[in-house]
Amino acid sequence: MANMKLTKNPMPEQDPEVRSHNFDEVALGYTAEMAIDEAKRCLNCRNPLCRTGCPVSVRIPEFIAKVAEGDFDAAYDIITSTNSLPAVCGRVCPQERQCESKCVRGIKGESVGIGRLERFVADYHMAKENKEPVTAPASNGHKIAVVGSGPSGLTCAGDLRKKGYDVTIFEAFHKAGGVLVYGIPQFRLPKEIVAAEIENLKAMGVEVVNNAIIGKSLTVDELFEDGYEAVFIGSGAGLPQFLHIPGENMLGVYSANEFLTRVNLMKAYRDDYDTPIKKFKNVAIVGGGNVAMDAARVAKRLGADNVYITYRRGKEELPARKEEVEHAEAEGIQFMLLNNPASIIGDEEGRVTGLELIKQELGEPDAKGRRRPQPIEGSNWVLPCDAVVIAIGTSPNPLIKSTTKNLDTTPKGGIAADDKGKTSREGVFAGGDAVTGAATVILAMGAGKTGAKSIDKYIKSKSKK
Amino acid sequence: MYKVVTKRFLNEAKSICLFEIEAPLIARHCQAGQFVIFRLDEHGERVPVSVAGWDREKGTVTVMVQAAGRTTRMLHTVEQGDYITDIVGPLGHETEMEGLKKVAVVGGGVGCAIAYPIAKEMHARGIDVTMIAGFRSKDIVCLKDEMKAASNKLIICTDDGSYGEKGFTTQFLKNEIEAGEKFDRVIAIGPDIMMKFIAETTRPYGIKTIISLDPIMVDGTGMCGGCRVIVGGETKFACVDGPDFDAHQVDFDSLLKRSAFYKTEEAEENKHICRMTGGKRNG
Repeated sequence: MANMKLTKNPMPEQDPEVRSHNFDEVALGYTAEMAIDEAKRCLNCRNPLCRTGCPVSVRIPEFIAKVAEGDFDAAYDIITSTNSLPAVCGRVCPQERQCESKCVRGIKGESVGIGRLERFVADYHMAKENKEPVTAPASNGHKIAVVGSGPSGLTCAGDLRKKGYDVTIFEAFHKAGGVLVYGIPQFRLPKEIVAAEIENLKAMGVEVVNNAIIGKSLTVDELFEDGYEAVFIGSGAGLPQFLHIPGENMLGVYSANEFLTRVNLMKAYRDDYDTPIKKFKNVAIVGGGNVAMDAARVAKRLGADNVYITYRRGKEELPARKEEVEHAEAEGIQFMLLNNPASIIGDEEGRVTGLELIKQELGEPDAKGRRRPQPIEGSNWVLPCDAVVIAIGTSPNPLIKSTTKNLDTTPKGGIAADDKGKTSREGVFAGGDAVTGAATVILAMGAGKTGAKSIDKYIKSKSKK
Repeated sequence: MYKVVTKRFLNEAKSICLFEIEAPLIARHCQAGQFVIFRLDEHGERVPVSVAGWDREKGTVTVMVQAAGRTTRMLHTVEQGDYITDIVGPLGHETEMEGLKKVAVVGGGVGCAIAYPIAKEMHARGIDVTMIAGFRSKDIVCLKDEMKAASNKLIICTDDGSYGEKGFTTQFLKNEIEAGEKFDRVIAIGPDIMMKFIAETTRPYGIKTIISLDPIMVDGTGMCGGCRVIVGGETKFACVDGPDFDAHQVDFDSLLKRSAFYKTEEAEENKHICRMTGGKRNG
């Protein structure tokens, strides 16, 4: 008999007052009892729509049925048959816009907590002792290069390795994981979890070469010369966008990329790491997406008294996940909505002292249906602060396109690829933010999966000739 | 892990040290004017440093580093045969040399170690090189034989006159220009303030002057934007757009301020270098 409770089992969390002073994970995860109880809310629909909402097609009702039975190992095997990073997805996927948005339980009440269950299963497996060792599939003799070790690259590499390809991932940073390690903070996605998922891939036989910048250390053409038969580019959207307003090069103005990389990848928040970060008192974040929320919550944890989110539209329009906005609010982040930056103000030494904002009102909807903000004449005011973090988005990094001949790009600077991940160069495939510009982890993973399928097809058709 | 195959101090004061490091991926492509980023160990920061040389067959890259902050001081304690955790590159663009006939290469302090490989490459390509190398005093003078071999004319000067000529690089550069030497380019590498004065020295003569910048940066691939410099009124990233820029277009005021941003944190860090282990983290 299904559990007909209308609401999800709530996620146990660290108390907001406590967690806003530490970098430990905010959401603590379900216990086995909670997971089984939640799994019983699934009606196991004959025609499960949840699965259609998943970019990597996780067999959702099947794994949930196993959780309900208490067979967590079987649930894990079902998830990992299509998803190579379940502990990551269970934490950072916007489930409310994907699988959970399709769940029939959501029509009357809340959907099944699919993301929370996925996380539970992944964590259960990770914590388990005496796991069966991961086996490396036999090689089929074909070498594939994957550029970038973020969500798309890891997924593509995992799927190809499962099919027998010899896969080498080239990563520019000293640590693998891409945005999962430099962008998303520890308290939302512990780096130990990312490391464990990558170790899993290595155990399967995926090779990871750090400190290798494709486009600088090696070119795409050289990868082919070195014997790789196909290349998947998953180099992400690394280029930070700035506002181009006066004062943007003052001391204390950061791109969200720099602010988060210093803290997440370089661990500047810890005394035993060398990378410095300033202790700011009042920090203004510009932007309203998930990255803005991350930056705000990091600033708070670094000890700022006041952290502000400034955003030119209203609360309804915030592009961040609702859950992230709620977490930020609970931690005392102050929202300065309908405010657009006009300039950054500083002292004689060039240090930031304030952010000049212009109040906005919402006008007619734009092409995307979002109401366009319009400045209210003469409403300028100054928000006092000693740091400004610009979190208004990122663009694809141009290093690869500028060093690879005949690789077409989009007007926005992304690598042009069709829905199968094929680019204008034979044997070169691409996916994730490098193609679309900044999007989500799971969409990048979906693109990595598609890329792996296309590469497999390409190699097979080439071998037949 | 990357092995240090050669380590050698370059001056009496042992303030500048040469490291030849096994890094085949960097050695394959690097050119004069580019840089690499190294990280000592798991707890280390990423520090950019110019490429000073390479051996494509051996697969090694050479850097010359002055002990200045915590990380560079710790690097100086790394011995031949030891390993550093990370080194990545080559980063940035190579120094433009196409079509040049006569060049003045000006180095200041450790900047000489960065300018030397550029002079050497230019000299090897048949460009007439006048090298002007300035140091504070005799004890930090480095690479004098190497610089001599890499130039048609070498002027070494010290602020206090304890070695070579007494005076500043700006003055000797001006003397050369006034004496009728027709440079079609000046390359200057040294402290920001020296580069600023070199820019002012050459501006009235309209000689194109290139400087190599090393502002604060994290990744070196255009990702963090920390290395923003204003050149010709536009914001550029030193890591991917540079590190070489037209000195007459650079906003030195903003550059000097940005470079000093972490001074207090650096001073704090420097205090904590362990004296018992001589700077080694796990002594």
